[in-house]
Amino acid sequence: MEKKIWGAVAMLGLGGLLVACQPGGPKLIDKADTTSDTRSGYSYAEPETQAMQDDDFNNPAMLWADIGGDQWTTVDGEAGKSCQSCHGEAAKSMKGVGAKFPIWDAKLKTPKAVEMQINECRTERMKAQPWKWESDQMLGMTMYVKMQSRGMPVNVDVSGPMKAWLERGKEFYNTRRGLLDMACSHCHVDNAGNMIRANRLSQGQANGFPTYRLKWQKPGSLHRRFKGCNDQVRAEPFKRGSEEYLALETYVMWRASGLPVETPAVRN
Amino acid sequence: MVSPINKNVGRRGVLKTAGLGFLAAAGGSMLATSASATPETAAKALAKMTGGAAMTEGKVKLELPQIAENGRTVPLKVTVDSPMTDDNYVKHIHIVAEGNPTPEMISFNLTPGAGKAELSTRVRLGKTQNIVAAAVMSDGSVFTAKEQVKVTIGGCGG
Amino acid sequence: MSKKPRIKVPKKAAKGEIVQIKTLISHNMETGTRKDKSGKLIPRNIINKFTCTLNGKEVLSANLYPSVAANPYFAFHVRATESGTFEFTWTDDEGKEIKASNEMTVA
Repeated sequence: MEKKIWGAVAMLGLGGLLVACQPGGPKLIDKADTTSDTRSGYSYAEPETQAMQDDDFNNPAMLWADIGGDQWTTVDGEAGKSCQSCHGEAAKSMKGVGAKFPIWDAKLKTPKAVEMQINECRTERMKAQPWKWESDQMLGMTMYVKMQSRGMPVNVDVSGPMKAWLERGKEFYNTRRGLLDMACSHCHVDNAGNMIRANRLSQGQANGFPTYRLKWQKPGSLHRRFKGCNDQVRAEPFKRGSEEYLALETYVMWRASGLPVETPAVRN
Repeated sequence: MVSPINKNVGRRGVLKTAGLGFLAAAGGSMLATSASATPETAAKALAKMTGGAAMTEGKVKLELPQIAENGRTVPLKVTVDSPMTDDNYVKHIHIVAEGNPTPEMISFNLTPGAGKAELSTRVRLGKTQNIVAAAVMSDGSVFTAKEQVKVTIGGCGG
Repeated sequence: MSKKPRIKVPKKAAKGEIVQIKTLISHNMETGTRKDKSGKLIPRNIINKFTCTLNGKEVLSANLYPSVAANPYFAFHVRATESGTFEFTWTDDEGKEIKASNEMTVA
């Protein structure tokens, strides 16, 4: 137990310590730059990692996006439909759609992530089995849908009932939690651009999810990343699709307003 | 909130001693095992792969980042200066690591049909170490190059 | 759910032109040195062989070891001498073979 906690402290490092040990890398981003304007995680990545994202035949996430593309036209479920049966060509019908998520779900009375929309289509219109949040199919389809908005600005509507969720997400973002007693904002606002031990902290912008992470050696959902951050501050993580993470997704996507959709991004 | 084992230490105490955790974190690295290659075992493995011919430095260019953003996925490019014609081409390019659990990383087998001896892939590096490439030419001569990659451990991507 | 390999081969090339080929395949490249939650070693399962042939003749192959990263990526070159079919084969430790092919016209 003891060793585990020391490990955790070390893995993460803590604000104060890290900031002190900032080696002068070739691509050092001035902290002032990172707090005054909105920057994609892409701008914090090493050139090699950027190169992986820039080329669809180098970016390993595209293997999953291809699953999404295949599933788009695959008939599944008792209704005998595929995504294409209702939506036609994804390149046309889904253009701009992913950039607007999460949207308000009037039935559930919560924000709705792309993953939830996909399963709603599957269970209600296709009469097919829902996919698990982190399954290859779900990652692939979420990517495929969001990819159709690549380069378009993130644009979440936080008016009406979404406003309360934005506030709830903002509160989550700024609340200290876990054994390390840290809020999201400690790393991604106060220390964006600074080193956290061996890694550079970004603003934690979510415009590239699902993202291929070098650490994971596969792509993962935004809610997986939330869980990872919560784990790293030694806080009890919430479930993917939970109200807490839907509120947080609403806030971080609003925070990313104007950044281009980069799905599927490649990050450390 | 304070960790239960540090009731009397508090957060500042944790901060001060956080540096101690470095070793624990390093021990958790993905490729960490008790056994690891060394420069000697890597040289031996390379000699075996190349058939033991004498090696000359040159003709081979290894491109890797100086500092890997993450040791689990490190881009590697190797280029060999060769016309790649039927009577003068690169037969094999063997690549070994001096600090991974096993030294052998990858061997490429080429033919004149490849046109150009320039290959890219991605490798795993468990720690800071040298990577050595050896190209076996069609006339039996062997050329090598060596590059060091620094692998950092710790932080959220560790 | 098997993921298809992702391959870039130019559809057309001039005779004698050197073209680049890129391949990606999904595989977790299990090293054999990791342990599961119960402390048991997870057996090694990696893609250990990759081959590229043109009209049945080998152009390039690779022997892979656990130090190759998950979801192996290769970029290499081929001299366009004749039109035909490239066949790519990946073989893993369990003997599973994944094949893919692409056509290229040389004019």
